[in-house]
Amino acid sequence: MANHKVDFHASGDQEVKYKKIGKRRLFTNPDADDAREHFHAKSRRMVDKTTTVKEAVSKYINDGDYFAAGGFGSNRIPSAVLHEMVRQKKKNLGFAGHTSTHDMQILVAGNCIDRCDAAYVVGLEARGLSKNARKAFETGEIEPTEWSNATLAWRYKAAAMGLSFLPARSILGTDTAKYSAAVEIPCPYTGKRYAAVPALYPDVAAIHVHKSDIYGNCQIRGIAISDPDLARAAKHLIITTEKIVHNEEIRQSPHSTVIPYYLVDAVIEVPYGAYPSNMAYEYFTDEDHIMEWLKVEKDEEAFKEFLNKNIFGCKDHWDYLEANGGLERVNQLRRQENLIDM
Amino acid sequence: MSDYNGMELMICLASRYLEDDANVVVGTGAPCAAAMLAQRTSAPNLMIMFEAGGIGPQLPSMPISVGDSRTYYKGLVSTSMPEIMETCQRGMVDYTFLGGAQIDMYGNINSTHVGDYEKPKVRFPGSGGANDLASLCWRTMMITPQDKNRFTNNINFITSPGFLTGKGSREEAGLPPNCGPYKIITNLAVLGFDEETCRMRVELMHPGVTREQIIENTGFELLWAPEILDSLPPSDEELEILRNDVDPRRYIIGRG
Repeated sequence: MANHKVDFHASGDQEVKYKKIGKRRLFTNPDADDAREHFHAKSRRMVDKTTTVKEAVSKYINDGDYFAAGGFGSNRIPSAVLHEMVRQKKKNLGFAGHTSTHDMQILVAGNCIDRCDAAYVVGLEARGLSKNARKAFETGEIEPTEWSNATLAWRYKAAAMGLSFLPARSILGTDTAKYSAAVEIPCPYTGKRYAAVPALYPDVAAIHVHKSDIYGNCQIRGIAISDPDLARAAKHLIITTEKIVHNEEIRQSPHSTVIPYYLVDAVIEVPYGAYPSNMAYEYFTDEDHIMEWLKVEKDEEAFKEFLNKNIFGCKDHWDYLEANGGLERVNQLRRQENLIDM
Repeated sequence: MSDYNGMELMICLASRYLEDDANVVVGTGAPCAAAMLAQRTSAPNLMIMFEAGGIGPQLPSMPISVGDSRTYYKGLVSTSMPEIMETCQRGMVDYTFLGGAQIDMYGNINSTHVGDYEKPKVRFPGSGGANDLASLCWRTMMITPQDKNRFTNNINFITSPGFLTGKGSREEAGLPPNCGPYKIITNLAVLGFDEETCRMRVELMHPGVTREQIIENTGFELLWAPEILDSLPPSDEELEILRNDVDPRRYIIGRG
């Protein structure tokens, strides 16, 4: 039968039952009106937002805040901001473990995190598990609430949409759901079950991009991962960029702008700012450095020395690059990225 | 027939289950190698996707991360993680591959922890995208070594859903109907799932492997298909492509 005369509207008299399936803590307030109050007050002035990493981390990231990093663990992560957070000894942060690999490894090295929405944590994909990150979870130093990559991504999306939750069809029936903070709800139209996942509005996020103007209009090449939603969900947003370009250049390809200026609080030009992670079309992952990091974690004394060399002994990202081979090294990674050297 | 190792056999067997003109979400490692081999043999129009946003790459080499730039090299689309996951939720993804520390007789997988949740003996990465892919893709496969500790019903934590507690339980929990575990490819056998009970069953046995060996290396009672065939070993052509084209540096097949 053709559907053109059927009314699919729900009968409306079915009993609505909510069931709390996730028993773990919800770390952030999902309330959309609370978020609206914040975003109402956020400036729309298109002004020069350039600053330093040191300033931005000191101004926008406070002890106890809930923090999220853009990128995908070993790809396009905001390394300069993460290192500065460790240098400034940020404490008791909440963290979105959305395929967090090397990003989490950095923050764990500084004991910055005490709670985590865990979709993917502790591991560095095929490279192995981080001993320090494992220990932080195994000793209870970091309190986890479980999610999956999609449900955590949709939690950003719910926030980006200005909502307090989204329905999802995954995690149902598993321990991942039981150890999350999800609620089971019926669909008001079909009666079918969904996992309602709460909006995640981080206090602050940091995202590294290919280019931005001084106002924070940002363009990213390659995959965007969850950054378009994260940029909209975060109450404060720090942008580091490979380069700052003129506003005219942004206006030449507005279709490539994924983060508009009014979402952004701070812009810092940090060339090679994703190092040692992969920056699409620019430089490949420094696998040697990441493998060294994984290995040296196994020896406490050696790791202290390693941190002094790579974080505490560096005043900024230039120093960190210099400590690891400088321009010569990043040029090798550029050749790898472009498949000149495999 | 050439000599081959266990990893080469598993990759070849997995690749033959991937149909032409279908699509598959893969991670790095053996599943990626299986998909690349399928593209070069039986499924030239198989489309590969990665959960971080890569769609339809012409993979120049094995990616290291599921989000590195190889995953969309000469690709059709470089998009977002929500886009990939929503495509799965919409019912448009045929195959996926998972890994894990433990699997039970219904194909439920643990990749979260061993021990107590509050103070785990070993903390693993957790779901990542695995739960979503297992919930939402039509057919879920696994390439894994088979032993008693890994194939166990004393699973600590169900990270990703197999058939949960048996027939109908996925649907009862609210998961989309008619999808779930498909084939488990191990170093000993190819395991499928009994339609009535949704329990794991032996379908193919690798050359030289005995029933006793399979039973010894499984922590629960397996079912056996009415007719158990021998796994067809890799052909010379498959081996040549796998060794020279897919994994010339032996990153994956070197582990076999």
